[in-house]
Amino acid sequence: MKQLMTGNDAMAEAAIQAGCRYYFGYPITPQNEFTAYMARHMPQVGGTFIQSESEIAAINMVMGASAAGGRAMTSSSSPGISLKQEGISYIAGDQLPAVILNVVRGGPGLGNIAPAQCDYFQATRGGGHGDYRCIVLAPSTVQEGTELIQDAFDLAEKYRNPVLILSDGRMGQMMEPVEFKPRPKVETPPKDYILTGKKGRERRIIRSLFLKEPELEAWNKIIQEKLMKIEENEIRYETKMVEDADLILIAYGTCARNSKEALRTLREKGRKVGVFRPITLWPFPYYALSEVVRGARAALVVEMSAGQMVEDVYLAVKGTRPIFFYGRMGGIVPSATEIVQQSEKIFTEKM
Amino acid sequence: MQTTKSHPKSLFPVSTHYCAGCGHGIVHRMIAETFDELGIQDRTIGVAPVGCSVLMYNYIDVDTIEAAHGRAPATATGLKRVRPDCIVFTYQGDGDLASIGTAEIIHAANRGENFTTVFINNAIYGMTGGQMAPTTLIGQKTETSPYGRKSENEGYPLRACEMLATLEAPYYIERVSVATPAKIRKAKKAIFKAFKYQVEGRGFTFVEVVSTCPTNWGMSPTDAMKWSEEYMEKAFPLGVFRDRGAEKDKTETGADK
Ligand SMILES: Cc1ncc(C[n+]2csc(CCOP(=O)(O)OP(=O)(O)O)c2C)c(N)n1
Ligand code: SF4
Ligand SMILES: [Mg+2]
Repeated sequence: MKQLMTGNDAMAEAAIQAGCRYYFGYPITPQNEFTAYMARHMPQVGGTFIQSESEIAAINMVMGASAAGGRAMTSSSSPGISLKQEGISYIAGDQLPAVILNVVRGGPGLGNIAPAQCDYFQATRGGGHGDYRCIVLAPSTVQEGTELIQDAFDLAEKYRNPVLILSDGRMGQMMEPVEFKPRPKVETPPKDYILTGKKGRERRIIRSLFLKEPELEAWNKIIQEKLMKIEENEIRYETKMVEDADLILIAYGTCARNSKEALRTLREKGRKVGVFRPITLWPFPYYALSEVVRGARAALVVEMSAGQMVEDVYLAVKGTRPIFFYGRMGGIVPSATEIVQQSEKIFTEKM
Repeated sequence: MQTTKSHPKSLFPVSTHYCAGCGHGIVHRMIAETFDELGIQDRTIGVAPVGCSVLMYNYIDVDTIEAAHGRAPATATGLKRVRPDCIVFTYQGDGDLASIGTAEIIHAANRGENFTTVFINNAIYGMTGGQMAPTTLIGQKTETSPYGRKSENEGYPLRACEMLATLEAPYYIERVSVATPAKIRKAKKAIFKAFKYQVEGRGFTFVEVVSTCPTNWGMSPTDAMKWSEEYMEKAFPLGVFRDRGAEKDKTETGADK
């Protein structure tokens, strides 16, 4: 049965249905509905909700809860996610699972509360100190948001790694019909690292401090090997009409929605356009994207930023095809009309 | 309660990396003895700070996690909420608890989280080589207060017990010292009480230990103990700031009436 829900509410419900029982968060627009939903519903399922004193405290509560074996998450929006970076680095260094939702808003600084994609670098490059990456999932509909947040918990536990979900102000606030489909239970590895008191076993330590250089390098190598496995197994993307396309529109999240709309208009006009939508921003679908773009003549990257994902596109395409960029900032969403105009310009002037 | 003379079971039989005359080793031992006496070693989870005692898990034999600098009370909150049947404690220095982690300790205490914090106040940043701490005494010379701490520029020593005692929720708050054998015995009693209250599910318990850092104070271990007693205890008066258990006993026995 489909229900009409906002992205924030729907994703919070999905997280609870995925077994999340520990939520810690601090108010910030445009994600407040998520926190409020958790406050209302966690007590009903015997879960824990804490409005923390700060985003810093929230992420460290997640770390503690996860170390004790709980399915834990936090959510915030851009400025709050910046504050969480130290904790995310520790969680990655400790190799603990955690789910973090970023309902991205305009920046830098206090910016505004409108939708944006300007946290792409922060999300996909680790964000905090040290060599690590978060798995980064980018839904483009409310329905997909509910599915990805559920996958996030499984991925986090499968790899003992933080998983970040990049939503944005529009997706958080927008109402769409959603259906909470029963999901098959995903097997995750036994939690043989969690802290429960040492009764009946060797005591356990969760740490990221390795004072001897070879020990820290060895620990880093374990993390890097794990990240390589994630790159091998977890890349997700969607393509639309790319087979015969001359121009590939590359976009994720909200921008992918508008790019698909632009595609319809352009195809009606006889322009051969396709859409490539990365779903995992890390691991980024470099290979698949390069194959698709090489099959076309050019690509246009559309973002709500000054151009961040476009750098990954350059890395993927390695100069084999011209890459164009169209971005809006300040919380402005590039409209389908604008994307059509930009595409037409490329068809008439550059091809 | 008995005092164990033999080596506590909850303490590894190894020598520590702490300097001679450092308070950390003494307090570790008292904590380990408490675990033995309460029989809680097997269900205890420690949260180590960033500071000289970051390696406390090399000595205290319990499940342990390292927290980020100052964040131990938030990490402990997460642990305890998932494992209410475990005994959870944070062990924190003055830089960790009273400077970078002030928000976390105040709010964990204010929520009345049912864990124990052992706070080691040595009036200095030991691990990083002797910088000024929020608890550094007026006039005390450190790497970053080379002319002595001045109240005009650096304010006054921050008193954690007094501050936390303004809150409604904490169940037990006491400040003790390790400067003499008699004071060590008292300190042990306080640590025992704090964990016992946690076992009983009473709420947030806090023991501040006025400690020493002979290395960064530039003193011999004996002089450091003397200085701690003479100056530290003046700025940080020892005593019980909150004991809801004792208040309860009084009302129950009618001692108040
Ligand atoms: C975020 C962060 N800032 C600074 C440091 C460096 N640092 C390590 S220990 C420490 C101070 C420790 O002092 P204290 O808490 O008093 O513990 P002590 O060593 O005196 O027992 C600092 C500032 C750090 N590790 N992390
Ligand atoms: S530096 Fe100070 S606090 Fe650190 S171990 Fe030595 S005496 Fe103890
Ligand atoms: Mg100190």
